[in-house]
Amino acid sequence: MAETPILSVRNLHTEFAAPEGTVHAVDGVSFDVFKGRTLGVVGESGCGKSVTARSILGIVERPGRVTGGEILLQPADGGTPVDLLKMSPWDMRAVRGPEIALVFQEPMASFSQYYTIGNQIMEGIRLHMGLSAKAARARAIDLLDMVGVPQPARRVDEYPFQLSGGLRQRVMIAMALSCDPRVLIADEPTTALDVTTQAQILDLLRELQQKRGLAIILITHDMGVIAEMAHDVAVMYLGRAVETGAVKDIFAAPQHPYTRALLRSIPTVMAKPRTRLPTIEGSIPQPFNRPVGCAYHPRCTEAVFAACRTEPPPEVGVAGRNVRCYLHGGLPGARA
Amino acid sequence: MTGAATLLEVNGLKKYFPIRKGLLRRVVGQVRAVDGVSFAIRKGETLALVGESGCGKTTVSRCILRAMMPTAGSIKFTIAGSTVDLATLPRKTLRPLRRHMQMVFQDPFSSLNPRMMVGDIIGEPLLINGMSDRAARRKRVLELMELVGLPGAAINRFPHAFSGGQRQRIGIARALALNPELIVADEPVSALDVSVQAQILNLLLDLQDKLQLTVLFVAHDLSVVKHVADRVAVMYVGRIVELAETEALYHRPLHPYTEALLSAAPTPVPGAVSQRIILERDIADPANPPPGCAFHPRCRHAEARCRETRPELEEIEPGRFVACLRANELALRGIAAMTGPAL
Repeated sequence: MAETPILSVRNLHTEFAAPEGTVHAVDGVSFDVFKGRTLGVVGESGCGKSVTARSILGIVERPGRVTGGEILLQPADGGTPVDLLKMSPWDMRAVRGPEIALVFQEPMASFSQYYTIGNQIMEGIRLHMGLSAKAARARAIDLLDMVGVPQPARRVDEYPFQLSGGLRQRVMIAMALSCDPRVLIADEPTTALDVTTQAQILDLLRELQQKRGLAIILITHDMGVIAEMAHDVAVMYLGRAVETGAVKDIFAAPQHPYTRALLRSIPTVMAKPRTRLPTIEGSIPQPFNRPVGCAYHPRCTEAVFAACRTEPPPEVGVAGRNVRCYLHGGLPGARA
Repeated sequence: MTGAATLLEVNGLKKYFPIRKGLLRRVVGQVRAVDGVSFAIRKGETLALVGESGCGKTTVSRCILRAMMPTAGSIKFTIAGSTVDLATLPRKTLRPLRRHMQMVFQDPFSSLNPRMMVGDIIGEPLLINGMSDRAARRKRVLELMELVGLPGAAINRFPHAFSGGQRQRIGIARALALNPELIVADEPVSALDVSVQAQILNLLLDLQDKLQLTVLFVAHDLSVVKHVADRVAVMYVGRIVELAETEALYHRPLHPYTEALLSAAPTPVPGAVSQRIILERDIADPANPPPGCAFHPRCRHAEARCRETRPELEEIEPGRFVACLRANELALRGIAAMTGPAL
C-alpha cells in the first residue's frame, strides 16, 4: 500500500496496575488505518480490543495507562504525523470529535437520560465548531436525517428512552460524525442489536464510508461482521495482534494457528444440521495469569518449539501479512 | 426422528401482560407477548425457537416451565404414560413434575450462586428432591461433573474460579442432576466467546445422544441453531410464522421474515453480503401490533390483503408450517442463493 495511513499505531502498550499484579491489556500492538477503508479488530473477551480503542483516544480509565508506543495521526493538510501520546490532555480534546470519533457498544448506557438527543448532539458541535445554538440545531437535524432517523425535526427533541435500539445507535453515529471526523472507531456497534437491525446499521456505516471517505476501526468479536465490513483485519489474542492483513487473505488462508482454529469454530448457517464444530480446547486464561511466551501456546495444537513457552514470537511478514508465530520464522537463535 | 412419541404439545398458548397507568393503576392495554402459539416437541428431538428480541420466545419457554402462568392455551406434557396440562395444573400437583423439566440459563455469571461451592450447586436439586445421603449425593455430583467435562477437583471451588464456558458446564450439570426428560435452554451460548461456544454446543449434542434428552433451544442466532436443531420454529411478534425441519427451512424458507432473517445472519465469508435483504423500520410493538399480518409493514412481498387478514399457521406441505397468505405463490431465497457463487 503506497498510500500513507491516516492513523498508525506502533507497538502500543497499555497496562492496568491492580493489587494482584500488572495486567498487560495491550502488549505491543501495531496497525495502520487508511482513508476510506475499514480495519477490523477482532478477538475474544480480554484480548484488549476495546482498550486499544480507548488508548487511541486517550480515554483509558484509571488504573490503566498507556506505557509505550506511538499513535501517529496524519494531519489533514498532509504535514508530518503527530504522536497523540505526546499531546497534552487539552490538545487531545481537539482530536476527539473533529479528528477521531467513537461509537460505543451500548447506546442506552452511553447517552445521558436527562437531555434530549438534540441537546447531546449539539454539545459537541457548539464546542468544536463554534456554531450558534440555532445553527447547531439545524446541523443536528441534518445529521439525524443523514443517518436515516425518520422525522428528524421531531426526533431531535426526544429523549434516548423514546427511541428503539436501532434508532439509538443511528443517533450515536450521528453524534460521532457531528464534527466531521476523519477516523471513526466503532466499538462493537451492533452487538446489542438484533440481526435485522444489525444489517441496517452495518449498511449505514458502509454508505457513510463511501460518501465521506471515512477511515473506520471496527471492533468486534464477530468474524461474520468482519468478513462483511472490513478491508483489513487485526486478529487479537490476549493483548497482541497475532495476525494482521487483508481480510480476503486471512479468511482464505489463515497463517496463525489461533486464526485457523477460530475460523473453524464459528457456527454458520451453511453447516449441515446437527454437526459438531471443531473447538479450541481449554479457555481464555485469566488476565493476571497470562502464559509466558506465546500467550496462545497452552491451547495451540500446532505449537512445537521450546521458545513458544519462553518468549513471545516477533511479528514476521508472511504471504502479505504480519504473523506472530514461530511456525513462520523468527525463532531465537535461528538465522533466517 | 419421525414416528417418535410427542413429549410436549403446546396449543393456542397466550400470555398477555397488562399495561397499567394512572393513579388507580387501571389496565389500559395488553402486551401480547405470546399470542396463540402451537407446536409439538417429539421425544428425543431438539426444537429451536428463533426470533429477535421481544418476539416472545423466552415467554413461551417460561410458560412451559410454569415460571409464568399462561393467559390461555394448553401445554400437554406426557410423562410415564400419562398426559397432564401444565397450563392449568395447580402449583402443588405441579411440584413433583418439575424434576422432569429443567432449564439451562443464558448468563452463566448470574445464574450460579457465588457463595455456593460447585458441588453444592449441582447437588442442590438432588437434596431438594430427597437425596439426603451426603455420600450418595457426592457420588452423583462427581458423575455429573465427569459427564459435562469438569474436573472432579473442582467440586469444592466457587463459581468465580471458573471461566464462562466452565460455568455453563456447571449450569448444565445442575440441569441434568435429576435425569430430566425435557431441557429448556434459553440462549445457552450467546454470552460465551466463539472458541468456547463451540465446546458447549458440542457438549449439548453429545449429552443428547447419550441421555436421549428432548431439548427446547431458544436462540436468536440462526447459525448456532443450525448446529443443534432438528426442527426450527421462527417467531415474530408473539406468533410462530414458520416451523419446519432445519435443512428445509434454511434451504427453502416459506415465510418472507425467515428469508430476511437468514439473509441478515453474518456469514464468515468475505463478499457474501451482496444478496442481503435489509428490512426497513423496527419490529412491531406487541402492545399495538399492526392489523392483518404483523410483518406486513416490513415485508417486501406484502399485498393489500396482508393488511387486513391475519394469516394462521397452516401445514402447507408435510411437516412444513407457515403463516403467510402468499406462501404458495412466493419463491423465496434460501441460504444457497445468499452467499452467491463463492460457495
